[in-house]
Amino acid sequence: MSEQGHEHPNETHPAASSEQDRLTVSRRWLLLKIGIAMNAVVGVAITIPVLKYLFSAIKPDAEYKSWVSLGPIASFPVGETRLAKFTNPVRHSWDGETDGVACWVRRVAEQEFQVFAINCAHLGCPVRWFPQSQLFMCPCHGGAYYADGSRASGPPERGLFAYDARIVGGALQIKAGQMPTLSNTAKLERPKFVQIDGAHTDEAKGDSPCRG
Amino acid sequence: MSRMKQIYSWLDARLQLGKPLMEMGEHPIPNRTASWWYVFGSAAFTLLMLQIVTGILLALVYVPSAGEAWNSLNFLNHQLTLGWFLRAMHGWGSNFMVAVVLIHMAQVFLFGAYKYPRELTWTLGVFLLLMTLGMAFTGQVMRFDQDAYWGLGIGASILSRVPWVGGSLVHMMLGGPIIAGATLSRFFTLHVFVIPGMMLAFTFLHVWMVLKLGINEWPMPGRVVRRSTYMAEYHELTAKDGRPFVPGGVWKDAVFSAAILAAVAVCAVVFGPFGPGGQPDPTIIQTAPKPDFFFLWLYSVLSYLPPSMETPFLLIAPVLGIAALLGLPFYASEGEKSWHRRPIAILALTTIAVSWGVLTHLGTYTPWSPHMDAWSGGPAIPARYLQTASPLEREGAVVFQAKQCRNCHSIGGYGGERGPALDDIATRMTEDQLIRQVLQGGGNMPAYGKNLSPAEVTALVRFLQTLHPANEPSAADAAQAATQAGH
Repeated sequence: MSEQGHEHPNETHPAASSEQDRLTVSRRWLLLKIGIAMNAVVGVAITIPVLKYLFSAIKPDAEYKSWVSLGPIASFPVGETRLAKFTNPVRHSWDGETDGVACWVRRVAEQEFQVFAINCAHLGCPVRWFPQSQLFMCPCHGGAYYADGSRASGPPERGLFAYDARIVGGALQIKAGQMPTLSNTAKLERPKFVQIDGAHTDEAKGDSPCRG
Repeated sequence: MSRMKQIYSWLDARLQLGKPLMEMGEHPIPNRTASWWYVFGSAAFTLLMLQIVTGILLALVYVPSAGEAWNSLNFLNHQLTLGWFLRAMHGWGSNFMVAVVLIHMAQVFLFGAYKYPRELTWTLGVFLLLMTLGMAFTGQVMRFDQDAYWGLGIGASILSRVPWVGGSLVHMMLGGPIIAGATLSRFFTLHVFVIPGMMLAFTFLHVWMVLKLGINEWPMPGRVVRRSTYMAEYHELTAKDGRPFVPGGVWKDAVFSAAILAAVAVCAVVFGPFGPGGQPDPTIIQTAPKPDFFFLWLYSVLSYLPPSMETPFLLIAPVLGIAALLGLPFYASEGEKSWHRRPIAILALTTIAVSWGVLTHLGTYTPWSPHMDAWSGGPAIPARYLQTASPLEREGAVVFQAKQCRNCHSIGGYGGERGPALDDIATRMTEDQLIRQVLQGGGNMPAYGKNLSPAEVTALVRFLQTLHPANEPSAADAAQAATQAGH
């Protein structure tokens, strides 16, 4: 389409061309609107797959979790709490060492296990087990837990996260796969606790020897 | 000479930048504003440029892969010629940048520079502050060591507290179910592409508005900002008592920027690069993760909040804080600029500065954390505490040490600071109270009833009862004494 009126402004007659100019201009605006509309349509069509790509990491917990073996139960003496390590079931070759996960295995009885996440229920730092004081202690903000994982003191508002555990063919298995946080592991439970000291009405102090 | 002129006019005929730049350079600034107080903005800009240049140079070598990042950092530190220096410049440049941006902000706040017509300049500045902090946090992740790994864990744990979408946010942040390769890749993207790109755009607009609207005049008590008259007053001031920005004001910017760059370089040479610390192996749990300096205050806050307040605080306080910063220029767009007439502003700034300082200081020595090896690694219980002790009391001292009481309680000047020092505990608690405290815990102390045999408790409490100054009796239960006297 030629654009005489504007390419040679000096040669046109203003009076004769004004009506045509108006039409030309309004036609150009219309074309621009069509152009914008086309971009909007294409934009939406492109955005949908982009968003799907962007949010692809968001999955239901069940899709990330699977049963992982921690080895034969014989490696966990009864009455003790030991550190166990496993490779996360969801992993990539470029993860390096970060696909390793540690957890605390407490063998309560011959066939009874408790497996705790290494991550403090407060903000995810690695808790350490101290058999001498029978406490898990967190190095970050001072959270402490009893041997059974219940909250002892400090900022955590609940006990340690526990994995589902089972024994298959003499090996201990846990359901693992994602970093335990308050949003994906058991919701906050308030352990039943009889507080004798009236001054403290805090929740979740853990089991007291005087309980019951 | 004429050759240079020819080249210049050839370029300018095409670029068309000469005239607008000349106008920018010649725009008048108030004489009193040509002050050393106004150099922080340009210094922040210089540091941003430094970070971009050193960042690009580091990216030439750094491998943004969870499996290799730590090795490539050590290669930079120890094997590549002057790699350590570039890492140190980038690390110290980051610290200086956060500091200078905060000082710049405090100065702008004190001088009332956010008021009409510079509200939007302040708003963009708030976003630039958030992006600077975002760069500092993502930069800490680039240094892919233990602190970076567990720092990500803290970030994910905070996000997980968001109602309903917390789990999805964690997946988005980590790029999967755990902190791993995908996590580093996306933080690299944020640190290198997304945030710097936005920062450059925002910085351009921020500086553009400063140049177009004119730099804030020196605040004088009684010189009140009114929308209707401000622009005329400002132009009158710069016309009567002003000077061209170049060179009248900018020379101080240039000198200070050079000084800041020199300071970064000196720190880099003298103190060297930051880390990397231990390798990012999550199964190595003998670690005490700590954030970088500018996030220490937050680390302290997180350990002092009561459990019940933590989630609301974490989710609501940042929103309120950012809303307050963004809303400030719209709430107070007119009125007095001078700090002599703004007591609440001074009080607010002082409160924030003191709180920040105290929390940061606490973050440097984390008194809330048990000293994990105090029971085994330090000096024994001082002999003077045991000289006159009975065998049972000495047995109690053994229990005290072996059951790790010292990880939280210091005695003889050594031990944790989590609980009170116990050197004179007997003056504060009676035997019954001691027994109850040991068995049941409370007041942030775990209960030890399950972990101590009755004999151990007796011995321990007997030992604790000896802990009082020679000239001060131990606490006694008055009621008990009375009943016993009655018998």
